[in-house]
Amino acid sequence: MAVNLKKISTEREILLAPGHRACAGCPGPVIIKQALLAAGKDTVVGFATGCMEVVTTIYPFTSHRVPYIHSAFENSAATVSGVEAAYRSLKRKGKISKKINFIAFGGDGGTYDIGLQSLSGAMERGHNMLYICYDNEAYMNTGIQRSSATPYGADTTTSPAGKVIPGKQQYPKDLTKILIAHNIPYIAQSSPHNYSDIIEKVEKALAVDGPAFINVLSPCPLGWRFPYSDSIHLAKLAVETCFWPLYEVVDGIYKITYKPKEKKPVDEWLKLQGRFKHLFQPGNEQIREKIQAHVDKKWEQLLKLESL
Amino acid sequence: MTKILALTGADAAAEAMRQVHPDVVAAYPITPQTGIVQTYSSFVADGLVDTEMVTVESEHSAMSAVVGAASAGARAMTATSANGLALMWEIVYIAASYRLPIVAPVVNRALSGPINIHCDHSDSMGCRDSGWIQLFSENTQETYDNIIQAVKIGENKDVMLPVMITLDGFIISHVMERVEALEDEEVSKFVGTFTAKYPLLDVDNPVTYGPLDLQDYYFEHKRQQYQAMQNSADVIKNVGKEFGALSGRYYDLLELHKMEDAEFAIIALGSTAGTAKYLVDQMRNEGKKVGMIKIRSFRPFPIEDLRLAVKKLKGLSVLDRSISFGAKGGPVFVEVESALFRTGIDIPVLNYIYGLGGRDITPTEMRISFSDLEKAVKGEKFPAVQFIGLRG
Repeated sequence: MAVNLKKISTEREILLAPGHRACAGCPGPVIIKQALLAAGKDTVVGFATGCMEVVTTIYPFTSHRVPYIHSAFENSAATVSGVEAAYRSLKRKGKISKKINFIAFGGDGGTYDIGLQSLSGAMERGHNMLYICYDNEAYMNTGIQRSSATPYGADTTTSPAGKVIPGKQQYPKDLTKILIAHNIPYIAQSSPHNYSDIIEKVEKALAVDGPAFINVLSPCPLGWRFPYSDSIHLAKLAVETCFWPLYEVVDGIYKITYKPKEKKPVDEWLKLQGRFKHLFQPGNEQIREKIQAHVDKKWEQLLKLESL
Repeated sequence: MTKILALTGADAAAEAMRQVHPDVVAAYPITPQTGIVQTYSSFVADGLVDTEMVTVESEHSAMSAVVGAASAGARAMTATSANGLALMWEIVYIAASYRLPIVAPVVNRALSGPINIHCDHSDSMGCRDSGWIQLFSENTQETYDNIIQAVKIGENKDVMLPVMITLDGFIISHVMERVEALEDEEVSKFVGTFTAKYPLLDVDNPVTYGPLDLQDYYFEHKRQQYQAMQNSADVIKNVGKEFGALSGRYYDLLELHKMEDAEFAIIALGSTAGTAKYLVDQMRNEGKKVGMIKIRSFRPFPIEDLRLAVKKLKGLSVLDRSISFGAKGGPVFVEVESALFRTGIDIPVLNYIYGLGGRDITPTEMRISFSDLEKAVKGEKFPAVQFIGLRG
């Protein structure tokens, strides 16, 4: 079921107000808006400390047109799980009747790293909530430090491309797979270039009874070093190269929601980003080959999982 | 009507919680707190309460979940000890700054390291500046009474702060005592219903909790928080009177024992106050004019009440069950000296650190705090800090 853009744009409300302080070209607010187009106004959102928290809420201003809570960096999932527990309790007691959605947001730092335990706990406990990770592949809010989501070879301020060590020396953690291992009813990867994909996935995630997780790639002009006009293009290329496959897992069944007609070489994505510039210097070819091999292996695995 | 129960401190805490009947309890097991959350879980499992029990994966998440629940508009509680409280630390401050009337029993246990599971006050003393009201309990009865009062204190519109009710690990938490309990309806009526002013779940009137608060407003918000803590002193007193009218057990910021004509007094918190009362009674029988001051409310610290209580004394000893490394004395001592400074009350004030890691203190050992005072008033000098019950 494709999302009807006309219907969405005329019948649904934009629930993140303009005037926030996100960098030009940042897809973070786009992701929030897309998610809330799917969720609607009867939604409570929670945010981890990070870019989106900082840019949307500097007191006394807020961009949030739905109830919002931020508490700390590593506890967005736990905090929202408490809100959802309160909802269950008050609903049972007849003090509230509306159906309310609960969405926790966190960046990759707040999700892959410091908030992983809190996320795992909330998913395992079965709260009726959706967690959305906006993955910009490093600690962008504090100035582009490497996280466990940062790709192999990327130049960040704590994995700099130096004279001896050419950027990050580890492949990113596959967080989506970790969530799949939680056996929750809905898990997906999505990308903001494909509004239909993300809106549909959020709708599905909110329709299930229990926890859901969506990992959304969020290309960062500042941290990845590309022109701010290219964010959506970079998101699309990540999918076309199969670096960031779009798929979902419903009750353990894998479904790739978009298969590129022609899988592009990952170099096409890497070469547009300053954080990989050093990989195109002579002598670093093998690093790019390793990245390509890793992408190929993961994609093949995913195709196999889908065929099961 | 009063019910007489035989309960451990942990079970008394759980029983008070059952009668308060919070909407959400989020907790994580840690010795010696575990008894509270276990007993409460069985209340949930048996349908005695319809609380939403959130069995989190850490204390950090426990405090985070109750912050979420209280922001949502629910009455929310948690409970912990020592390292669990330390793991919550970051969110302990956030709970206070969001002005959420969460109630949390803290079963006092020594902070690591080295790891130790027994009682001292290092855990709750460590977060004395976090913005929580801190009420210390002397025994099982007070644990029960304090939890019920805490709900009403924290939710007062002039306060709106979280309240920590302490009970000494093992000494209170695991010892069975006689408890006079109120009827369920009496507790329900006493605590009333909680109606949050800005609940997150009011989706028609969306609010933003926890925005980034910078140089232009953070300071004003902290000033408001300061005022709320100041306001809480009168509220604690009033709730203590109301509770007294209901139960016959009256509460104040301080409890004074045989202080009317006392020349020397000892200050203690928690279960040690019971030991100190026993010693005072013994010494009174010996003809000594001694008394005891129990600090029930450590935050807010009862500065004026303490000045009034000690103004006729010749000497005062302060017992501390934790160390403030590098300070002049233990946390209680530093507060007491500061309260008396430049008030014209110029008497010897001695500090004794005792009972760390659960070491017992006996009335005989405690006597030194009085005998030293008798010498101090005659001009003998004592070290700034002395230790009771320490080998070597």
